[in-house]
Amino acid sequence: MRWSHLLLICALVAAAVASVFSSRIDDYVVNVAVLCGINMILATSLNLVNGHTGQFSLGHAGFMAVGAYGSSAVSLFASPWLLAKMGGVGFAANQTLFLIALLAGGIAAATAGFIVGVPSLRLRGDYLAIVTLGFGEIIRVIVQNTDAIGGPRGLNQIPGFTNVFWTFGLAAVTVYVVSSLVDSTYGRGFLAVRDDEIAAEAMGINTTKYKVLAFVLGAFFAGIAGALYAHYITYITPEGFNFMKSVDVVVMVILGGMGNVVGVLLAAVVLTVLNEFLRSFEQYRMIVFALLLILMMILRPQGLLGGLRWPFKGKVAKKK
Amino acid sequence: MNRRLLTLDDVSIQFGGLKAVSALSFHIDDGELVGLIGPNGAGKTTVFNLITGVYAPTGGRIDFAGRSVHGQRPYKITSHGIARTFQNIRLFGSMNVFDNVRCAFNLSLKQGIGAALLRGSTFECEEREIEARALELLEIFGLAGERDTDCRSLPYGDQRRLEIVRALATKPKLLLLDEPAAGMNPTEKIELMRLIRFTQEKFQLAVLLVEHDMKVVMGICERIAVLDYGVKIAEGTPAEIRGNPKVIAAYLGQEAAADA
Repeated sequence: MRWSHLLLICALVAAAVASVFSSRIDDYVVNVAVLCGINMILATSLNLVNGHTGQFSLGHAGFMAVGAYGSSAVSLFASPWLLAKMGGVGFAANQTLFLIALLAGGIAAATAGFIVGVPSLRLRGDYLAIVTLGFGEIIRVIVQNTDAIGGPRGLNQIPGFTNVFWTFGLAAVTVYVVSSLVDSTYGRGFLAVRDDEIAAEAMGINTTKYKVLAFVLGAFFAGIAGALYAHYITYITPEGFNFMKSVDVVVMVILGGMGNVVGVLLAAVVLTVLNEFLRSFEQYRMIVFALLLILMMILRPQGLLGGLRWPFKGKVAKKK
Repeated sequence: MNRRLLTLDDVSIQFGGLKAVSALSFHIDDGELVGLIGPNGAGKTTVFNLITGVYAPTGGRIDFAGRSVHGQRPYKITSHGIARTFQNIRLFGSMNVFDNVRCAFNLSLKQGIGAALLRGSTFECEEREIEARALELLEIFGLAGERDTDCRSLPYGDQRRLEIVRALATKPKLLLLDEPAAGMNPTEKIELMRLIRFTQEKFQLAVLLVEHDMKVVMGICERIAVLDYGVKIAEGTPAEIRGNPKVIAAYLGQEAAADA
């Protein structure tokens, strides 16, 4: 067995154990921990696009929204039919239903990622950022104006399936996928695209394929994060996936260091916790974030951990 | 041995009102070392970009190894067996020397994303094989000792060499070198000439060399084509080119040609 497989299994087991004992821990702590886990997935998936592949996307909240709404639609509207198929409402049936909802959310977001990615990845840098920003807003406005999924009122009474196991288990899977992909000859194509697109093409790397793939994978995991979020809060509105949410994730990636797997995880935790401390100054929160971003750019553009990387042999960074 | 490898037939490209290359016909045979020279702005690099697919020609056709590569994407053209280096070195800056070379094996990969995630034994096998081949190439060019060095901290000459190694990793039949001697001192240039000839013989390649430096081109090329303002003004052996009044005029001006 490989080192990275072992770490993934350890992480999954740890998540399961933590989940069992989570009822004994203070609710507020569990709450923050779950939000940390969801942000880890968001930041790691955006890191694949912005960090490893070097395509500046500002529409991550849009994909998260697609995942949240897609999965909620499954667990709200398709659940009677699905549960009848599985025969019963037991624990196992609920978990299977959740898994289906999660996958539906992820696949819906990945599809959206593909549809947006193919035309817009012809653009570079600022132009791509603007297109993805616009896309995120379009998704939000469409959702806001679609009555079938609640319009501006959003969806409520979503079953609260998300727990510590699902959150951190999926965070571990996300980290595993991104880091083992980047650490292979196949996945080094992502880094080549970031470093020099023209040279990458000349070395036989299909840059379009890699860019679209990064976009689709990133969107898939953003969708999963959205699904987890929806089934945790049990209530979603289009406003929850506005531009500011995308900025939050971008700040995590920049704070952690573009393309630095462990750094980005750390940044996701730091910013989620910081957010909790800033809860009493709600309206000043974005000012603090903006200042943080400016200071990082001036003082430490390479991210929190700087050049420090996880050991690159069979590595996988873990959750929690 | 004398098989046609690359044929440019009446190739032109126009950028707006500027005809950067007009009606260029030109060929390279298997295993030949050909030079492409011309004064500044003559369109040499444009010819490179046409052959490698960075630009699509607005007229004429380009054939490689018996089939048309007209309008294909650069990575496709590389997959047919044309590899290149760049005038202003373009290494993958965030990677070390070893990873730069490993990256270029992307074309020959048999497995895709699934294998990279599951990391089964066939995947491991292929990775080890790529590592071995990359290391072998680095050894041939004396860069194996630098395998973990950040490529940006290599000396200039070594960066040029690494670019050639990386290009060779794509298993080309034709290697295009874009001004490899730029910025080199005379000793480095002599070393470079040796390196080019060595590479050509060792890997049985055809080489197309775009170069400013007359000494380098005259020294190693079997055949030379001269471009001026996007038009081929002469073609022949180094000796013929040296005596060609048109070439002298292009490089030194009308009067010098009259004196010659």
